[in-house]
Amino acid sequence: MNERKKEYRSGLVDGVPIGLGYLAVSFTFGIMASDMGMSVIQATVLSFTNLTSAGQFAGLGVIQAGASLAEMALTQLIINLRYCLMSCSISQKLDRSAPFFHRFIMAYGVTDEIFGVSVCRTGSLSPWYSYGLISAAVPGWTLGTMLGAISGNLLPQRLLSALGVALYGMFLAVILPPARKNKVLMGIILVSMAAALLFAKIPVLSGISSGFKIIILTVLIAGGAAFLFPVKEEN
Amino acid sequence: MQKVYLYILVMAAVTYLIRMVPLVLLKREITNTWVKSFLYYVPYVTLAVMTFPAILEATSSLISGAAAFVVAVVLAYRGKSLVQVAAASCAAVFVLELFLVR
Repeated sequence: MNERKKEYRSGLVDGVPIGLGYLAVSFTFGIMASDMGMSVIQATVLSFTNLTSAGQFAGLGVIQAGASLAEMALTQLIINLRYCLMSCSISQKLDRSAPFFHRFIMAYGVTDEIFGVSVCRTGSLSPWYSYGLISAAVPGWTLGTMLGAISGNLLPQRLLSALGVALYGMFLAVILPPARKNKVLMGIILVSMAAALLFAKIPVLSGISSGFKIIILTVLIAGGAAFLFPVKEEN
Repeated sequence: MQKVYLYILVMAAVTYLIRMVPLVLLKREITNTWVKSFLYYVPYVTLAVMTFPAILEATSSLISGAAAFVVAVVLAYRGKSLVQVAAASCAAVFVLELFLVR
């Protein structure tokens, strides 16, 4: 019982930067949604049920174009397919003694950020830690959307700009510490960033959707690294 | 705008299924070394790819974005907590943009 509480609490704490970063990003989303003619409630429901950035932004475009529901499903599938990889990773990290039903609830909260923070934790992952992260992140995402939809100029641009880097700062705080003692990880991170830069700058490649870019690079680089540097008995 | 809720429902359902299916299907521990290593490396690649160069364009000026990156790298490398690193890079942007952006 106490163990759960401890896990939940540390998830909440680690989730604070996620929530703050989400607030800034979803604020922008709320503004866009209401510009497009969505009501505050619709925008808020959309954010609460989807909990994904790239997919939602793309979804707005699909709705605006008046495309079919099948097209919407396909767009979401392609852009969000990276979550499939992440869920695979989490399934291996998850505490095996945790009851099965947790997987259905945890699935709701598999976002880039929640995934990154939970999977890089040492030891196995308790569902309660994930719930802590989710409890901090979801209000940020939902509330931010609502505020953005209600009033685009509620928060000064200066503050939004600063909050916009919170997620990235957090990502670096997740991946760099383990790389300090592991040259392979450091190399992988450097190669990944260099490749992402190439993908952003080379004209043919920069046209690929961001979700797909992530999948391509992840499969290539993590796949290659797994081939060249297989991980020995370790977590 | 009645149809909006239908769109939202489809979006939510597809996104949830993508997240849920692997979690529910992969019950056992994977023993294949390549697959294990691959999944171990996935988050590092994914997060690195999402962070850079995107962080440079996340703010109102390239310089403040770059500053946020440097601050976060240095603090993260020193093993500071998630909250500390995130807050420090936000602060760097905020302070710099007081001078850079009018």
